[in-house]
Amino acid sequence: MKTIEEIMAAIEAAIPGAQVEIVPNPSPSAQHSLRLDHGHAMQVAEFLRDDADLALDFLSNVTGVDWPDKEITEKVKVTRTVTKTVEGIEQQVEETVEEPRKRTEPGCLEAVYHLFSMSKKHGPVILRMRTANRTDQVEMPSLTPIWRAAEFQEREIFDLYGIVFSGHPDLRRLLMWDEFKDHPMRRDYVDPDDYEYEPTPHDSVLARAAAHKAATECIAPEGTVAGK
Amino acid sequence: MTTPTTSSAFLREKKEEGWNRPPIMEPDGEAELLEVAMGPHHPSTHGVFRMDVALDGERVIRLKPVFGYLHRNHEKIAEGTSFLASMPYTDRLDYFCSLTNNWAYALAVEKLTGQEVPERAEHIRVLLAEFTRIQNHASAIGFLIQEMGASGTPLMYAFKAREKILDLFESLTGSRMMCNYMRFGGCRVDITPAWIDAARKVVAGLPGFVDEFENLLSGNEILMARCQGIGILRPELAINAGVTGPMLRGSGVNYDIRKVDHYGIYDRFQFRVPLGDHGDVFDRYMVRILEMRESIGILNQALKEIPGGPIMDPKSKIRGFRPKSGEAYGRIEAPKGELGFYLISDGGPNPYRYRVRPPSLINLTVLEDMCLGTNIADVVLIFGSVDIVLGEVDR
Repeated sequence: MKTIEEIMAAIEAAIPGAQVEIVPNPSPSAQHSLRLDHGHAMQVAEFLRDDADLALDFLSNVTGVDWPDKEITEKVKVTRTVTKTVEGIEQQVEETVEEPRKRTEPGCLEAVYHLFSMSKKHGPVILRMRTANRTDQVEMPSLTPIWRAAEFQEREIFDLYGIVFSGHPDLRRLLMWDEFKDHPMRRDYVDPDDYEYEPTPHDSVLARAAAHKAATECIAPEGTVAGK
Repeated sequence: MTTPTTSSAFLREKKEEGWNRPPIMEPDGEAELLEVAMGPHHPSTHGVFRMDVALDGERVIRLKPVFGYLHRNHEKIAEGTSFLASMPYTDRLDYFCSLTNNWAYALAVEKLTGQEVPERAEHIRVLLAEFTRIQNHASAIGFLIQEMGASGTPLMYAFKAREKILDLFESLTGSRMMCNYMRFGGCRVDITPAWIDAARKVVAGLPGFVDEFENLLSGNEILMARCQGIGILRPELAINAGVTGPMLRGSGVNYDIRKVDHYGIYDRFQFRVPLGDHGDVFDRYMVRILEMRESIGILNQALKEIPGGPIMDPKSKIRGFRPKSGEAYGRIEAPKGELGFYLISDGGPNPYRYRVRPPSLINLTVLEDMCLGTNIADVVLIFGSVDIVLGEVDR
């Protein structure tokens, strides 16, 4: 099989303008991956499937990963002029100090695709795509039109992570029920106190009954038990 | 107040057709469609699974699977606990094949950390995985025939053989189904000479069981009439839809991960990969029968000589287990298809991301394609031939 660099070169030669980036994997598995841009993802996927050398006809696994906003504290070297007394004389001295500084690395949602080839019997080639952020720009092109295997798995990611796959033919929740609001696999997800709670039409009946009870207690006519 | 919900999945479905999409079928004439929710408590669904079926008379016009009745977010639970603590939970995914689930997870972690597995442990793993494959295929066929209407009898024949294998599992691991046996870099307890003798005895009886099973079933007129030519899955669609396991090989695609990846020590054993011709329910049944025979062959080879030595990598850590940051995808040929585990470690004691690639769920992608145009009674049969376990589908 081609190395990851050769695959990247093949993609860049076949699809001009495609921005492909190698994501190294430091673990002993050494399964490095390629990050694709949204605009050319479909073309790249089609190329990988139909290219005679690669023939990645089998999409095995599709996964979502949540990368929340990260607050990073790092030490930055700052040079500033300080007035110091050296040998009894006041002097202006330049001094380099390490200062802790905080910055926030914006988070994103990521989808990971594991490709194999059934005809050539090689793999895996790993593709990744990232959304712009975790809140409002969570679209990503769907690869279901290329590999049908992504159909249920992209629905699952939409359900559990909230990535919206544009171009998916049937994007509904897969595991949670349709009325569910949140995305449980996100790392900042908070479980509800009561899993069984469901608003029912009887809630409004009970509220009316409670209001009615309160009203009758306040202005109970004289002569009744409550009016004494 | 809640918004009104519809029980049917069809209303929200967008109609899009492509070369790999199921065809959109139209009813004959002006017939009124009957929408049936098969499940979640239909006896043929092996658990809690629903198919929303639209029927024109008895003919299936549309079919949408509905999942999630057994969803407990296994992946989230595993991300909140240590690497080792998820091992017993993998037993509960596909509760028929807990040992292969263990192996897939152990393999992914071993890829992540670069641990070696001793020779003896690899032998034990192959033995247990092939025993698991035989008992899974036997009961899968048993359930398939039961859904055809042969109430119980073939299933009891299958369970008779399965029980002997489960006895072996119990005497080795302490549990019949929830084995929790593999560890990262080896296995939990060693096999004894007495266990090997018992295993040899069970293996010696297995060919007789498969012969008996096949004499009862393979030439049976009712089975052939019901199974041949229905639920046909084209090989191009099977590959594109990520179908794996006996279902894929029933469609004639030669892809067995034991042969492709040579994980463990599978490159040392002689076995063939049975393939189907037509991709119908009968071919899937036949592939399972033949795979059982090949597994018996592997067991005979593996039991001939088991090397001595340790069963755990002496360098592997059990306590304070923190893999370096990185990621790994490990996969094995589980009885139902490709079972994969994808792990991301950030250097902590818990996996940052833990993903199960469930063969049962992904094999159901093509359920609608196989069922369209058939009778509703055949849907039960086609669904049975997929061989799923809901614990793995919904996770």
